[in-house]
Amino acid sequence: MSFNLLVLTCLCYVILLFVVASAAERSAADGRAGWLRSPLIYTLSLSVYCTAWTFYGAVGYAARSGLEFMTIYLGPTLVFVGWWVLLRKLVRIGRENRVTSIADMISARYGKSNLLGVIVTLLCVSAGTPYIALQLQSIAQSFTVFATDPVGPSFATDRNLIAFWVAAGLALFTIAFGTRNLDANEQHPGVVTAIAVEAVVKLLALIAVGVFAVWFVASGPADILARIDEQALPEWHIQPGRWSGLILLSAIAIVCLPRMFQVTVVESTNDQHLATASWAFPLYLFMISLFVLPIAVVGLAVMPEGANADMFVLTLPLHMGQNGLALLSFLGGFSAATSMVIVASLALATMVSNHIVVPLWLKVRAAQNLDTGDMRLLVLSVRRLSITLVLGFGYLYYVISGGSAALAAIGLIAFVGVAQVLPALLGALFWRGASRTGAALGLVVGSVMWFFTLFLPSFGPDVMLSARVMEEGAFGLSWLRPYSLFGLTTLDPLMHALFWSLLLNAMVFCIGSFLSFPSPIERVQGALFVNIFDRPGPARSWTRPVAEAEDLLPMAQRIMGATAGQAFFRAQAEVQGKQGYLPDITPEFLEALELKLSGSVGAATAHAMLAQTVGTAVVSVEDLMAVASETAQIMEYSAQLEAKSEELSRTARKLREANEMLQKLSVQKDAFLSQISHELRTPMTSIRAFSEILMEGDGMSGEEQRHFAQIIHDESIRLTRLLDDLLDLSVLEHGQVQLNIAPVMLRDLIDKSITASNSVQAERKFTFLRSRDPEAIEIVTDAGRMTQVFINILSNARKYCISDDPQMQIKVRQRKGMVEVDFIDNGKGIPRDKQALIFEKFSRLTDSMQAGGAGLGLAICREIMHNLGGDVSYVPGQGGAAFRVSFPKELRLPERARKTPRSAATAA
Amino acid sequence: MKPPRGPQFLARESYRIRRLMDAARFLPVFGLILLLLPLMRGTSGAEAPPTATETVYLFAVWIALILAAFLMSLGLRRTLDRPKSATPSGPRASTLPQAQAEEE
Repeated sequence: MSFNLLVLTCLCYVILLFVVASAAERSAADGRAGWLRSPLIYTLSLSVYCTAWTFYGAVGYAARSGLEFMTIYLGPTLVFVGWWVLLRKLVRIGRENRVTSIADMISARYGKSNLLGVIVTLLCVSAGTPYIALQLQSIAQSFTVFATDPVGPSFATDRNLIAFWVAAGLALFTIAFGTRNLDANEQHPGVVTAIAVEAVVKLLALIAVGVFAVWFVASGPADILARIDEQALPEWHIQPGRWSGLILLSAIAIVCLPRMFQVTVVESTNDQHLATASWAFPLYLFMISLFVLPIAVVGLAVMPEGANADMFVLTLPLHMGQNGLALLSFLGGFSAATSMVIVASLALATMVSNHIVVPLWLKVRAAQNLDTGDMRLLVLSVRRLSITLVLGFGYLYYVISGGSAALAAIGLIAFVGVAQVLPALLGALFWRGASRTGAALGLVVGSVMWFFTLFLPSFGPDVMLSARVMEEGAFGLSWLRPYSLFGLTTLDPLMHALFWSLLLNAMVFCIGSFLSFPSPIERVQGALFVNIFDRPGPARSWTRPVAEAEDLLPMAQRIMGATAGQAFFRAQAEVQGKQGYLPDITPEFLEALELKLSGSVGAATAHAMLAQTVGTAVVSVEDLMAVASETAQIMEYSAQLEAKSEELSRTARKLREANEMLQKLSVQKDAFLSQISHELRTPMTSIRAFSEILMEGDGMSGEEQRHFAQIIHDESIRLTRLLDDLLDLSVLEHGQVQLNIAPVMLRDLIDKSITASNSVQAERKFTFLRSRDPEAIEIVTDAGRMTQVFINILSNARKYCISDDPQMQIKVRQRKGMVEVDFIDNGKGIPRDKQALIFEKFSRLTDSMQAGGAGLGLAICREIMHNLGGDVSYVPGQGGAAFRVSFPKELRLPERARKTPRSAATAA
Repeated sequence: MKPPRGPQFLARESYRIRRLMDAARFLPVFGLILLLLPLMRGTSGAEAPPTATETVYLFAVWIALILAAFLMSLGLRRTLDRPKSATPSGPRASTLPQAQAEEE
């Protein structure tokens, strides 16, 4: 096929891409971007992972190492089917913070630090440049393979020249569609759509070649499987170290590669797309990989000995005379290479302009006290320049390295390079304690390790590192040999570099984070990133606005453009309920503005620019501390108030209770006095009446006189007894009682009480049910008082138990140093509603005259028992009236107790 | 006496979705183990299975992972933010904040 025809085809294809991209841009601008933002386009744009290295190199890789090529696609498959763990969070954070690149992500998380942005940018550029060179190489190689026309122009075989023109063309395309405008969220619908088209082309091309190889060269899948076993080389066996290491490496790369970050995170419009991509992208990789091994084995069998396996996809159809298929294959490879170069250079240029050039420019202008001028044009120019620079570097790398190394090697070297971002990235997503210092140190150490153990040696001896260093180690130290650092010789160079760089990177990152102290913004951002799903909005990072909206508007216009800037300010003013273009400068407004700007120039730059205009309003430690201590003071004050009001209400409650108690006592006292008067009056009335009769007693027989005197005597005895009781109760209630404490047998007390109580209504015969053994307890107490209680209870039973065959059951029990004596009769018992009353003074359930007491008996009993450290209570539900007397087995009194003997008061 | 029929849990749907989230977290782990399985089959000598068998096995695991991810994404996408243009579906929307809140 003629070289000119080939160039023409390429040009037509590129024109098609231009048309597609500009159509997409136009639809997006008109707001008709519905299908452009579909999950399908998103998934297809992810295929930028499959570069020319996949398209051509995978077959060569398979021909050399068998199944190992699959690891490059299995790692991403795992990451995508596990999207719920990592990618979902990454994409959400990226979208909410308007992240523009992976460097921006790292810089934003670690306190909007531009230092980190610079480090990541440099790392990505040094890893990305060889990768771009690789794409240029593959295009150039495919050109020369294809152009078999001997009379073609002389430059048809000059690969460097081809690579140059390709690089120039791609730079033009990227500039045209990648820097059309400074979009608010750095999204490029035109580029993404073109990439999606290219994704379809390269997939179709590879499948077409695969189908041709399987069904037209070989005779179907079974034949292919047989050929695989036939062709299998000893090197095709899976090597454990490389197999697992490469799966890990490719899984890391799919997250960390700048171009993958660009399409996965920056260009993502909603989470739903990710849900689709979680299976659709692995499916794409699956289909890409399916025919790789078949093409490789067919190529090995069909092609002449020594043919370049990296070019089988192209040379196999050519060899079999299928020129049309070969052209399709060529276009597939061209698509793969160009899409990667476009996205990679776009991503790298964004990083370079946002993190290196614009901050430098700002600093220079600020140092000269000059106005920053029209930033918009500046940023765009810088970005265009950066794209040219990145592609230029790629071209230079290609020329210098001479395109000699196998394609796959460069790709993997780049993978290890970008993998150095992983510890900082994972820390950003999942570890609030990760700090800027740790991330910077880890990145630097990891990058240095990668440079020394993989990148520099990859040029071959005596290019970057001298052969002596390779052989004997740096500075002649054998443990500093690049390929066997610290004497580690069991790993192949790639795994060796991956192991050391990632290990030291992660270790330094962790230790740096443990030992350093993060700045306030860092902590705010850390919490925001790690807890992205818990919080609805971004964190507050502006506290003390001092600038005027008039100052901010020009600056915003310089970056966003006049119309967009004014529209934004107007919208913000409207949100605040104001007319016109100048909203109040609230922290919310500043945040919104910063977010908007960071979509164009990156978080660090946007923050720095706002800080420059707004003055010192960037949040500082002092600000945070002031806010914190203010809050703390308010909280403390309100806590004090709360405590005080609680105390007040507690006091009020107590006072109320005391008042109620006093009122109750006063009522009780009145009731008591009226009872006393009543009790005193009854005997007094009869005494007075009978004594009057006696005084007027003429003609009264001696018999009658004696009878009346007897009544008077009885009544005065009753009066005396009542007064004795009252006195006794008063003494007991005030705890002034004198107890005569001595050891005594409980049985003797009960015996004595029964005998004494027999005098009450002596005509009734009571049956006593006792068990004498448990009663044989020696107790230490006041025997007289105790007997008084017993007698009282027994007498009550004799008075009130109305059974025909009265019985009294006495049970004695010991429990934990306490003795319980139950007196249970077989009468009607006491009604439930009266049970609480019987221990009150002057309470009698029946007529007082019948009982012959003032109703003080049980009240006295209770007071006595309290004085003896025990109690007397009514036990309901025992078949009759049941009283339980409980008291300690050994009464120990405070030393105040006096041992003066005291006569037992008469029982009520 | 038959036990009463009907759901024992009232919030059955959100329970299912939370377990689905768990499954989505486990999937890559199981996938990795299955993909590392060839390493344990003997790497050299006669006992190693032929490359063709290994190829078929790996592609089978691969497609199984894709299928699993596809099935899971059907349920999981309901917990995600809808695009701004789409209106949230009425009854289902109420269960979603719960599911989200259980996250992390």
